Amino acid sequence: MAAEIAIAIRKSFSNSITIAAKLQLPMDPPSVTILFGPSGSGKTTILRCLAGLEQPEEGTIVFNGRCWLNTVKGLAIPPQHRGLGYMSQDYALFPNYTVEGNVAYGLTALSATERSVRVKEVLRLLEIEELSQRRPAQLSGGQQQRVALARAIARRPQLLLLDEPLSALDAPTRTALCSELRTLLRGLAIPCVVVTHDWTEALTLGDHIAVVDGGRVLQTGTPQDVFSRPANADVARVVGVEMVLQGVIVDTHDDLATVQVAGVSLTAVSPSDLGPSVFVCIRAEDVTLEPAEAGATSARNHVVGRVCGIVSIGALAKVTVDCGFLLTALVTRSALVDLKLEIGSTVRAAVKAGSVHLVPRSS
Amino acid sequence: MNWTAIWVTFKLASLAAASLVAIGLPIAYWLSFSRWRWKFVIESVVALPLVLPPTVLGFYILVAIGPQSPLGRLYADLAGQPLPFSFQGLLLASILYSLPFAVQPFASAFEQVDRKLIEASWTLGLSKFKTFFKLILPLSTAGLLTGVVLSFAHTLGEFGVVLMVGGNIEGVTRTVSIDIYDEVQALNYAGAAKTAGFLLVISYLVLVLVYAVNRRVWSVWPQR
Repeated sequence: MAAEIAIAIRKSFSNSITIAAKLQLPMDPPSVTILFGPSGSGKTTILRCLAGLEQPEEGTIVFNGRCWLNTVKGLAIPPQHRGLGYMSQDYALFPNYTVEGNVAYGLTALSATERSVRVKEVLRLLEIEELSQRRPAQLSGGQQQRVALARAIARRPQLLLLDEPLSALDAPTRTALCSELRTLLRGLAIPCVVVTHDWTEALTLGDHIAVVDGGRVLQTGTPQDVFSRPANADVARVVGVEMVLQGVIVDTHDDLATVQVAGVSLTAVSPSDLGPSVFVCIRAEDVTLEPAEAGATSARNHVVGRVCGIVSIGALAKVTVDCGFLLTALVTRSALVDLKLEIGSTVRAAVKAGSVHLVPRSS
Repeated sequence: MNWTAIWVTFKLASLAAASLVAIGLPIAYWLSFSRWRWKFVIESVVALPLVLPPTVLGFYILVAIGPQSPLGRLYADLAGQPLPFSFQGLLLASILYSLPFAVQPFASAFEQVDRKLIEASWTLGLSKFKTFFKLILPLSTAGLLTGVVLSFAHTLGEFGVVLMVGGNIEGVTRTVSIDIYDEVQALNYAGAAKTAGFLLVISYLVLVLVYAVNRRVWSVWPQR
């Protein structure tokens, strides 16, 4: 049997949505799966069912051929026996224990010596050795997150579940810790399911993604695939970012990065500490179309291409331009008329450097 | 001052408080964590001694442990002496009488422990039993202390139930409050004043000690 988690559950809430999720998460090699969706979409409930903290009315969960839940047989393995590392959104550190005590808390099966060795090892891995005697109340948000992660991985779980691991942090800390978390998860080689509503986190952390909305799994695939080729309008609305392209940073100066995408150079505002391999993300509403012969504008990026698709959405139209890669622009229908755009016509697309988002990617 | 009555009273209050830790903790745990829909029925039973006149409670206990009831006969057969008008019978009555004073602070403390912490403990592999002793109980010390002190102090001052169930046997069931009542009936106001003053000072000191040690326990009743 292939190493995977197979989930098929149904759970209804009297005052809101019904969760009806069917999902297969590959685990060989150990990879990071993102449950992505807006708040209230049911992604956290799916994660909690996976953890055994919530019981679906009906369904099955099979982990690596081992049955965790089968409502027909009345079988539900409790969270204690699922071999988990679970981290909730607000980290839930035990206030009556020190950092060391929190990390050692679940290591009841180890001898005292083994336990202290393991705690030291995990604290070193997360670079929080100097905090070991502090209480959770004396830690910053970022430090609490590291301690919660340390506690979750200390038992060497067979599955790591992270619920919005970064959302409790302020924006600058979040960006920094996101790259760190990615490195950590790659290094751990433990299969991991991460719940998030932030697409940069999804792209940075995920090997696979499942888009969840209204309690259902709408689409699964690699993040780049799902974000750039949403299966339907619902997915597109949920993910909200139209173009995810693979690029390589060739030059950086004055906080601006030059990225090569399919032979075309684009300028982007560069966040710090990015590797050369990046995802280049552009939203269709940030792309303007101009006549091919237009003069200079404030936008840093101008690419000339041929219109290869026009789709009307109400008063707006989605125009796809082939300029070495496919670029989609969301423009008004009157602009179509003014620019005399039709399939095959040549047009210049403009994107401000600030609208080109770079997200790290494993090369 | 009647030192025998004082000794009986303190022995009774200490044993009642200790028994209520053993009995009250599981009841409070169940009340806090059970999702049974008829839970309120049990909650009401536990709270009944708060509103019932002590004489009514005492009357029912007396009937329940008396020689006419199966329970009373069973105890008399096993122990060789009947429960009513014995120290054991008085202890049983005191435990029932002070039950809400222990269970309510315990339950309220358990309910204030964040469910997320408990869930985190479960996912770290600790059983519900271990989670209780490693996490819930240490986070509930304030409520635990409140419950113990309140049930102790409440037993210290009980009167009606003692009179109904224990009677007035010197050295066995005559507690301080009964002793004071007897002194007043005998018009020995000086004797009553001494014992009453002693009880007042002791009760006050016990409470002062608890509040000094733990400043957070200002509220006697559950607050949320």
